[in-house]
Amino acid sequence: MTETKTSGNRSRETRIGVIGRPIDRIDGPLKVRGDATYAYETTLEGTAFGYILGAAVAKGRIAEIDTGEAERAPAVLLVMTHRNAPAQPDFGPAVTPTVPEVFTRARPALNSERVRYYDEPVALVVAETFEAARAAAGLIKVRYDEEPGLYDLPAHVADAYAPKRTNAGFETDSVIGDFESAFAAAPVKVDATYRTPFEHHNPMEPHATLAAWSGNELTIHTSAQTLANFRAGVASTLRIPPERVRIVSPFIGGGFGSKLIAHADTILAALAAQVLQRPVKIALTRQQMFANAGHRAEMIQQVRLSTDTDGRLTGIAHDVWSATSSFEEYCEQTAVFARSLYAAPNRVTRHRLIPLDINRGEWMRSPGEAPGMLAFECAMDELAERLGLDPIELRIRNEPVQDPERGVPFSTRNLVACMEEGARRFGWERRNPTPGRAREGRKLIGYGMAAAIRPNYIGAATARVAIDRDGRVTARLDMTDIGTGSYTILTQIAAESLGLPISSIKVELGDSRFPRTAGSGGSWGAASAGSALHNACNALKQRILEAAASSEASPLRGAGATDASFADGEVRLGQRSTSLADLIRRIAPDGFEAEGSVAAGAATQSYKAYSQHSYGAHFAEVAVDCDTGEIRMRRMLAVMGAGRILNAKTARSQIIGGMTWGIGAALMEQTVLDPRYGHFVNHDLAEYHVPTNGDVPEMEVVFLEEHDDKANPLGAKGLGELGVCGAGAAVANAIYNATGVRVREFPITLDKLLPALPVIAI
Amino acid sequence: MQSFTYERAASAEQAAAAVAAQPDAKFISGGTNLLDLMKLEIERPAHLVDISRLPLDRIEETAAGGLRVGAQVRNSDLAADPRVRSRYPMLTQALLAGASGQIRNKASTSGNLLQRTRCPYFYDRNMPCNKREQGSGCAALQGFNRTHAVLGASEACIAVHPSDMAVAMAGLDARIETISPGGETRTIPIGDLHRLPEATPHVETVLGHGEMIAAVTLPPPPPGRQVYRKVRDRASYAFALVSVAAIVEKSGDRIRSARIAMGGVAARPWRATEAERTLAGAVASDGAFTDAAEAALAGAVGHGGNDFKIPLAKRTMRHTLAAAVESA
Repeated sequence: MTETKTSGNRSRETRIGVIGRPIDRIDGPLKVRGDATYAYETTLEGTAFGYILGAAVAKGRIAEIDTGEAERAPAVLLVMTHRNAPAQPDFGPAVTPTVPEVFTRARPALNSERVRYYDEPVALVVAETFEAARAAAGLIKVRYDEEPGLYDLPAHVADAYAPKRTNAGFETDSVIGDFESAFAAAPVKVDATYRTPFEHHNPMEPHATLAAWSGNELTIHTSAQTLANFRAGVASTLRIPPERVRIVSPFIGGGFGSKLIAHADTILAALAAQVLQRPVKIALTRQQMFANAGHRAEMIQQVRLSTDTDGRLTGIAHDVWSATSSFEEYCEQTAVFARSLYAAPNRVTRHRLIPLDINRGEWMRSPGEAPGMLAFECAMDELAERLGLDPIELRIRNEPVQDPERGVPFSTRNLVACMEEGARRFGWERRNPTPGRAREGRKLIGYGMAAAIRPNYIGAATARVAIDRDGRVTARLDMTDIGTGSYTILTQIAAESLGLPISSIKVELGDSRFPRTAGSGGSWGAASAGSALHNACNALKQRILEAAASSEASPLRGAGATDASFADGEVRLGQRSTSLADLIRRIAPDGFEAEGSVAAGAATQSYKAYSQHSYGAHFAEVAVDCDTGEIRMRRMLAVMGAGRILNAKTARSQIIGGMTWGIGAALMEQTVLDPRYGHFVNHDLAEYHVPTNGDVPEMEVVFLEEHDDKANPLGAKGLGELGVCGAGAAVANAIYNATGVRVREFPITLDKLLPALPVIAI
Repeated sequence: MQSFTYERAASAEQAAAAVAAQPDAKFISGGTNLLDLMKLEIERPAHLVDISRLPLDRIEETAAGGLRVGAQVRNSDLAADPRVRSRYPMLTQALLAGASGQIRNKASTSGNLLQRTRCPYFYDRNMPCNKREQGSGCAALQGFNRTHAVLGASEACIAVHPSDMAVAMAGLDARIETISPGGETRTIPIGDLHRLPEATPHVETVLGHGEMIAAVTLPPPPPGRQVYRKVRDRASYAFALVSVAAIVEKSGDRIRSARIAMGGVAARPWRATEAERTLAGAVASDGAFTDAAEAALAGAVGHGGNDFKIPLAKRTMRHTLAAAVESA
């Protein structure tokens, strides 16, 4: 069984208030009792059920579609195809003019006889029951004019093109100095090419929507990470004003980036509900999610590193060739982290795309760093061995004093401290630097490490907070809790700011009628929504104080002081204090309300003046069976420097979740695209492997004490995705240390290890 | 999933007759495989006969000193039975290496034997598959066939039987008791239950329509140590890439007899009789184990993605035999 430990912030808990404390999830009891209502569980009178039929070919056109038998099937209300679906805008160009439009563009469904990817919706059946809809979908006959498509990334690398930007709007290329000359002249170098496969998010809750119209107002209960995106995307597709779309998503069973935009379940439920004038509910099946809910694209990465004889990097080059979709571009920012990680005078990062006839890749947990660090941090391990240097020492020797490409200082950067603390805790000195030497019985034992870096994003967000006459506080914002603990940390932020107990705070999320935030994604949720709420609470306190000082009914009237505090349910002004609830009752029987906001990070002076990232160090120990090549984890450790920790428990859960993703990426996650048919072959959870409990070892997470006052008013930084970054590379490096076999094609399955594993005498 | 009618059988004879009466009828017990296949419309029975509540859920001693396992004994119960654990530890090991706790709680003994392949092309109705649709071709042969068969396959089909339990039972020379619609019974050696694909991969067993498995009889445990070793891509909830069930009886330094079965390599649990012959009388040594493994895989053919299974099976057999001898 997995044994886990947390250490870190105990000293801080006593020093500060409720922020940081490892309190249990506010929504935990609801979820355990089954009282948290997810999208598909929402019930509305008269709901009809939809089932999507996907295309049987990956490219071509629908020559003939016979829906007669399905329409005549029992309890069927509607069979929608491109022939009768309500008009929608064309899909439009593969690249939107601006980055935000990626999230807001129309995403029409069933609007063309063209088939752009395997399992693209070609029909929707709506019936009185789910079972009737699914059975009728099986009666639809479709004949396709199939066309040859491109599905093989390695075969088409020569056709790669340079996109205009990467995801999140980064420059496609970066060039500093003269890498090629430096590399040619260097005494020590590594030139290694790695491959990472297609991967799928597979959140536990599938993509699901219940759509209902009331007059010309549309309400969508769905599973969404960012409500504003869904609202805009639905409005664009249905060609209605966004104000007429309400998105409700109070509980989300995981997203991992696959729920940042509306997918076919949402669009088709809205259209069918419009046609039928009844609520319509649609969920993607697990199998349908593989084609219709995003993926991480297959990539080839070449990493070239050169150093002087002391191990100081003279050149860094990270080249990425990634699959993309032929009809909508997505360029994961795979090499962007390498622009900030290590010092070197000569540097190149480049992203190139190869269009395939598949659906578009989407944001998948730690876009960029997850695949990029898997390759890059293995190359660093290869370089350390070539130099005869400890991998940590190599990284320390290349620690930059400022952001190596932007030339600005770091806000906070504790990478070296993370590595040193990790080495001490992990017993790194016990690692045998010569690979393949440590054996226990018939197990080969190895240690590996890798660095972690993840940019700190902040998105524009507003929060509204109200206090009633009984001193109860309600905070509302359209933030989401995708299982990360948003409800909990926001409760803590409001409680600490207002000096009230947790039980006095109610946080309401997941409704687009609440003030807009950037939602959950990119690890920006806590810092963005949290800062907005922090500012809203400050504004509320200001209002209370102003009224307290001036209201005739106020016991604090005329206190004549400017130093005020809110603590333990009391308001103190100068020498006088009173119960907050009592004060509100006296001076504002209707309570007070206030709003607070933060601007998007990219627009702030602080963001321009400082390189803002979270950092960490991952350590892994693996055992490899010398007979079968089976790789099993023994233990993992992550030491993180990620600004102020808002809740030590939910933060730790985020990191161990990320580390588990690292295990998956290193050892098992891979979706196979059949180059003959263009379909993802292993499209279910039996054949697409994610780690089981048995695969997850003892995990230790340590947070270094940190407060980043450049990042935001809270001093917190993005955390959610940091656990993935580099975790898989630490595992891969441990496998190399155990076996002496370097597998550069992920995942590292036993068949790739076996040919190089010697037969050891029995 | 298409609509179907359902009945709960009152007796074994009546169940067999009820299925025999309709060409599209099927037995259902735990449903851990059949329901998935029905949702995907790979199986489209018009009528289901539920046999899960028949009084076939007992494990009884046989006069010969073995055990008779009712067809409706759940996998979890079979694995936990003290007699099975002490006398057929290999069977318990195999059962616990399979599926998940939830599935084992639901899955029956006969259902485990009759579960269908996990070939991903079989599970996608848009793909050619001779097993699903006779004559449509085999997408796995030139496709993603990492998990597929290296022994006993044909041009028509290279799918494997996914069971762990059946591999241990093959090593134990289990016998399958069936009952037919007329009430007649017969006993089939487990090695004869599943057919190799040849040109008719859609015909997977020798059972007739309506013929129902009533029990599995285990002969008295053979002398020697029993070991089941499963190699898989993750620590739990994954089908075997290869597995080896081995029982090795030693006499001094020599091996008196060995029984070996392999999983994950063929359309049925694969009894490695050549390896058994190689070992009989041989000095227990690395060399003998290696020779046995070579003999077991002598006829193996890879199809690209599954080529690694041949050396993997050899290495696994070698160390499994060594483990069986070591602990003997």
